[in-house]
Amino acid sequence: MRGWQLASFGLFFGLWELAGRWPISAAFPPFSTTFLALLEMLRDGSLGKAYLITAQPLLLGVALCGLAGIAFGIGMGLSRTVEWLSLPIFIILQAAPMAAIIPLLTYMYGIGLTSKVLAVIMLAAPVIVMNSYKGIRNTPPSLLQMCRSFQGSRRQEVVKIVLPHAAALIFTGLRLGLAMGFIGIVIAELLITPTGIGDLITYHSSVADYPKMFATIASIVAVAAISLHLLERLERRLFPSG
Amino acid sequence: MKMILSLIVWFVLWEIVGQAKLSSIVPPFSAVIEAAIEIVPTDKFRNAAIISLRSFGLGMGLALAVGIPLGVAMARVKGVGRLLGMWVNIFVSAPISALVPILMAVVGIGETTVVVTVFLFAVFVITLDTQVGITHADRSLVEMARSFGATRQQLYTKVLVLSALPEILAGVRLGAIRGVKGVVIGQLLVAIIGVGELFELYSNHFLMEEFWALVVIVFLFAFAVSEAIAALERRVEYYAASR
Amino acid sequence: MDEAIVEVKGVGKTYDNGVEALRDVNLAFPKGRLSTLLGPSGCGKTTLLKIIAGLLPSNAGEVWVKGRKVEGPGPERAFVFQDFALLPWADVLRNVAFGLELRGVARPEREKVARNYIEEVGLKGFEHRHPSQLSGGMRQRVGLARALTVDADIILMDEPFSSVDEQTRRKFQEDLLDLLRHHQKTVIFVTHSIEEAAYLSDQIALLSPRPGTVSKIVRPAVDHSRSPDEIRRDRGYLDTVDEIWSILRKYV
Repeated sequence: MRGWQLASFGLFFGLWELAGRWPISAAFPPFSTTFLALLEMLRDGSLGKAYLITAQPLLLGVALCGLAGIAFGIGMGLSRTVEWLSLPIFIILQAAPMAAIIPLLTYMYGIGLTSKVLAVIMLAAPVIVMNSYKGIRNTPPSLLQMCRSFQGSRRQEVVKIVLPHAAALIFTGLRLGLAMGFIGIVIAELLITPTGIGDLITYHSSVADYPKMFATIASIVAVAAISLHLLERLERRLFPSG
Repeated sequence: MKMILSLIVWFVLWEIVGQAKLSSIVPPFSAVIEAAIEIVPTDKFRNAAIISLRSFGLGMGLALAVGIPLGVAMARVKGVGRLLGMWVNIFVSAPISALVPILMAVVGIGETTVVVTVFLFAVFVITLDTQVGITHADRSLVEMARSFGATRQQLYTKVLVLSALPEILAGVRLGAIRGVKGVVIGQLLVAIIGVGELFELYSNHFLMEEFWALVVIVFLFAFAVSEAIAALERRVEYYAASR
Repeated sequence: MDEAIVEVKGVGKTYDNGVEALRDVNLAFPKGRLSTLLGPSGCGKTTLLKIIAGLLPSNAGEVWVKGRKVEGPGPERAFVFQDFALLPWADVLRNVAFGLELRGVARPEREKVARNYIEEVGLKGFEHRHPSQLSGGMRQRVGLARALTVDADIILMDEPFSSVDEQTRRKFQEDLLDLLRHHQKTVIFVTHSIEEAAYLSDQIALLSPRPGTVSKIVRPAVDHSRSPDEIRRDRGYLDTVDEIWSILRKYV
């Protein structure tokens, strides 16, 4: 496995290097230059500072969204009325390009933290809610019948069967919610007002320092990839599919 | 059909909130519908729609042309899956919108950037789902075809792809949804063409009825595309159910 | 004749889609015996079992258990499921004790009882394994132990051995009879296997396909004191199998 992984990295970075050296555009730096730029930004702290700023609305948004979204999804799963009212909305929201509404956020809440947190919430909420909802709804009927056959009360049914079973999907929902959160915060920082990572990207773009711009972009993709991968491993640990 | 009733409840709510002027950004639903009827026949909207649909179509076409064969290759050719698998997985959930500034710098500010954005948004999930579909295709069907002397090509066209069709269509549907997001985000960032331009325009000039009308139209489009593919998926589930 | 501990009186059941599953079923199940519901697929035997268990309501007729009418599940009946219905996130010990857990029995106490039955079904040492680590046969033993742990008088078994292989199945049948000899339980068993019914049962109710109704009651003349292999070659056993098949073949 190790060998293939290295080859995979090598292939990607190798192609990048080649593509960068090809004279298609001055704006496309090769891998080596980008990597050096990355190191420099780490050294002078600009990258670190940017992440500290970006992390705030991201984590805040996902946390709020997580708590509320899971609670709501569970509510949808347990109550047919709530389901009837909310399901069509969330189905539409999942398919919808929510980014279209972001300019509106700017108008309503200005260019500060609130808008960005809301942008994250708007993008992450549908997937968190839907996963929690599905986790509850897909409880195997035979487990529910088993509980009833031993005269379990409805409360016991929910607490001992429905919720533990839904936990796996709820966690998946959170992981996917975080992925959407990353997407949301990047869009927010590029569209609303550049701060943090968005600021670095826009700034370096404006001064035509493409290696640094690329490096920033690569870093956010890497951070997203690594954190999601770690969550996936945690998920597999906690919920081994039997 | 219960769904439609539920939506009607929401539309009525929207109307009430709008009429009561509870929020400056929420006009009554009826006003939004009026605005929608007004703007659709205009040239401005027509042009925006054409540009957007063109970008969407081109981007999706490319994504299908690249994604499906790539997914097949990843499932059937030993090294390809292992080499590319990690990257496909990374980019499937990555914030691809972060790459749009690069595109703007390299490709320029225009339709091409949007087409590439749509392509990038859609291609990875199409590739991944195709790979999964082909990997899980019915082995006994493949054996059977081989035993009757099927050539490589026949195997692919008559057995494998059809067997994996449910997963492939699922990937295409997700890809299409992402594609619509790609059009919107790409155009918002580029800011001078298509519906993205219109969104900026309406919100900057505080034309709320028009803004929400456009939102409804775009959301409806995304939903319609998704449902159309889902309908195809359902037809295919039927014959693949014997798996 | 032994007294009847479960009586089914004129039970009928129609599904939501209009299909009539059962019609005018009348049966009496003797106490302390193993009775079987046997018939081809679709004859409603699982439906009838679930009505007796109180998991499904009937549209007509009544079921009386120990002199009381059935309105829902009760502590005197325990169900063993065809697909095991084990909590995948709980270990064997917790799964077996689950019935008592639902009743609010304190943990040390219920685990003590559970351990006892875990040993009885032959799973000693596996208390802390999870279902995903067990074979099909072992999972069903867990299901059986769970039903025994709540100390119900009547055990309802829904094709409990159909998801395991033939060898395991035979062993199971023999072990089940052994187990039942030590505990005075009434068992109502659903199966589509004629051999299984003939081997295990004191009484077999043959059900006809939709709408399910009792076509005949057979009482195998099988001497269970003999060894399993002897039983399977015994005249009485083989005659019973033939008799049942000649009735059921009309329905296939």
